[in-house]
Amino acid sequence: MIKRLIPVLAVLPLLLIMVVPQAEAAGDQKTAPHQHWHFSGPFGTYDRDALQRGYLVYRQVCSACHSMKRVAFRNLSDMGYNEAQIKAIASEYNVADGPDEEGEMFDRPARPSDYFPSPFPNKNAAKAANGGAYPPDLSLITKARHHGADYIYALLTGYEEPPEDKKLLAGQYYNPYMAGHVIAMAPPLSDGMVAYSDESPMTTEQYAKDVSEFLAWAAEPEMERRKQLGIQVLLFLAAFAAIMYGIKKKIWSDVH
Amino acid sequence: MGSGQREQFDNPVIEWVDSRLPVFTLMQREYGVFPTPRNFNYFWNFGAIAMVMLILMIVTGIVLAMHYTADVEKSFSAVERIMREVNGGWLIRYMHMNGASFFFIAVYIHIFRGMYYGSYKKPRELLWILGVVIFLLMMATAFIGYVLPWGQMSLWGATVITNLFSAIPLVGDSIVTLLWGGFSVDNPTLTRFFALHYLLPFVIFAVVFLHVWALHVTGSNNPLGIDTKGPQDTLPFHPYYTMKDTFGILVFLIFFAIAVFYFPNALGHPDNYIPADPLVTPAHIVPEWYFLPFYAILRAITFDISIPFTEITIISAKLGGVIAMFGSIGLWFILPWLDSHPIRSARFRPLYRTFLLILLADFVFLGYVGSQSADATLFGIPLSLLGLIATAYYFIYFIAILPWLSRNEKGRDLPNSIHEAVLEKENKKMSPEAAE
Ligand code: HEC
Ligand code: HEM
Repeated sequence: MIKRLIPVLAVLPLLLIMVVPQAEAAGDQKTAPHQHWHFSGPFGTYDRDALQRGYLVYRQVCSACHSMKRVAFRNLSDMGYNEAQIKAIASEYNVADGPDEEGEMFDRPARPSDYFPSPFPNKNAAKAANGGAYPPDLSLITKARHHGADYIYALLTGYEEPPEDKKLLAGQYYNPYMAGHVIAMAPPLSDGMVAYSDESPMTTEQYAKDVSEFLAWAAEPEMERRKQLGIQVLLFLAAFAAIMYGIKKKIWSDVH
Repeated sequence: MGSGQREQFDNPVIEWVDSRLPVFTLMQREYGVFPTPRNFNYFWNFGAIAMVMLILMIVTGIVLAMHYTADVEKSFSAVERIMREVNGGWLIRYMHMNGASFFFIAVYIHIFRGMYYGSYKKPRELLWILGVVIFLLMMATAFIGYVLPWGQMSLWGATVITNLFSAIPLVGDSIVTLLWGGFSVDNPTLTRFFALHYLLPFVIFAVVFLHVWALHVTGSNNPLGIDTKGPQDTLPFHPYYTMKDTFGILVFLIFFAIAVFYFPNALGHPDNYIPADPLVTPAHIVPEWYFLPFYAILRAITFDISIPFTEITIISAKLGGVIAMFGSIGLWFILPWLDSHPIRSARFRPLYRTFLLILLADFVFLGYVGSQSADATLFGIPLSLLGLIATAYYFIYFIAILPWLSRNEKGRDLPNSIHEAVLEKENKKMSPEAAE
């Protein structure tokens, strides 16, 4: 048996070099260091307080430029808001609706079933307002980048002075985590810019951490259910496999 | 089918049906008492596993299709709606997405098993060829399926791969226009790909049926690669192999579940979570992992082949790459004739075994090369060069090494029968001195 496994083992290191550098292949950017997240690991869950703080940061800062059009107000119940709170939050926004019976479009306060309104009517408007660069929709951003939330955190806290030989145009900033090291987003966060109502420090790092957790939730709202169901499915499969192993052994006992 | 002696059944309903349409007799013969070599190892589980994955793909795929819309404006959002709003949609989609990968894992192991134990040799050539057809159909299905969510890799992967056909002389451009339904990968491409993606799995199912039929004519090969000589060499398929297969399937599903529930996107590319944009080319266009070795072979040919001392190019680098890529699988069709050595199992062919294991490592390495950008290096050596060498070994193995070994490898003595070999192994296990 062992002898037969040797060729298999010989291939494993090769498989590893195949998987590991692939993750890094996306360009010359610095790799985001691994952060500790409440949602890491097979039992990880989102930290509700961090999500609420992260949402606050998104609302007060990022939403000026970035849409999140795949998330609806009703989804906020995942973060521990109750129905009345969600209604109140939604009603702070206006959305276009219609046509009404006269055929007119009209604005009305948002309801929990509405999706987060976008800051710009379309892509070109978003570009025009940001010096030609498009601020991507953030609904899926942690899934759309290698290293997910680690990357967002590293990007938001990783702005640096450009090296001497690097010429930046107006509206460009130096960030070693960005592909090509140049990003058209000014450092969006600074200490004290968002007022937290709990004891959490009001620092750039804390804001970045919270908003990254919030974006991870926005991209994978099903994660907690997924991991929970995963445990149940795995326990079932493991038990079933153990039983089948026993049955198989018993049936084969007269052959071996 | 169905002619000849029928089985007798005690249950009157079963007997009634069976005397009119002998499906129960068929099941009983082909899956009940079917004589199966008694010495299978776990490599023989992967056929059943692949069958389970095919059914899983069809079932999850049909549910996805109920919620999916093929439209360049809507497909990305339709898939996201499945992920976020359809009850259990994330589970169905992650099963389908990772199911494709695990289907390929099972089938790659299944193919390698065939190569290692010489299962493609006489009298199983046609069985093997049907398997290669299934593999090609799977590749087409998976490639087309990857286009459906209409992310950046969907669009650009499809653009790169469909463009390859334009290298074919004379008809190339027409083929590409036909695939695209226009002049670029666009809405007509997406809608026809969806239609084909729905169709092809059922074609696969039909070919699998023929594959299994052919298997039941010749019977299974086994790790010793020698023919069964009588009842002492075989066991009835049920309960021995039904139970062993069920156990193997469950173990495989455990790995599958770990991927679905804990690493659902590890095998995918993040760029496919960015909606397709014809104006933005991704920095790196890479196909799904299961295509990488063939992608590396495609890219290894970077030189034109010309008539010596003239400027006339016979085969452009692009066409050369396409020929090499399709040829690398095409060779599998004639494998039973490239390797005509009378011994099947690599256990009794040490030289063959060594070259085959090198081929396995070579193939995995090609996968690595395929995942890297064209200008990457490994230990200071350009990967394009290493990719070319690995590609060369791949072809030399099939075209030169196998025919040479067929004539010159002596091989070890074969056991007289499966029965004898199994007994001998048992005895060794029982008495420790014998094992010394
Ligand atoms: C003033 C407008 C503005 C604000 C406010 C803003 N961004 Fe951006 N953001 C941009 C623009 C413009 C880009 C595109 C940059 C580029 O492509 O170079 C961008 C890009 C990004 C990216 C993508 C980087 C990549 O890998 O391509 C992320 C992630 C991001 N922003 C997150 C945030 C977060 C989180 C916040 C809130 C803390 C925020 N942004 C606030 C304008 C803004
Ligand atoms: C041979 C079996 C099959 C293979 C190998 C296969 C492969 C794939 C792949 C690789 C994807 C892209 C996954 C992603 O990134 O989202 C996909 C998507 C899809 N497939 Fe299949 N598939 C198979 C069978 C089917 C069947 C039978 C159907 C339905 C009739 C189906 C319907 C779909 C749909 C609607 C999508 C788009 C939704 C999505 O991307 O999740 N598939 N398939």
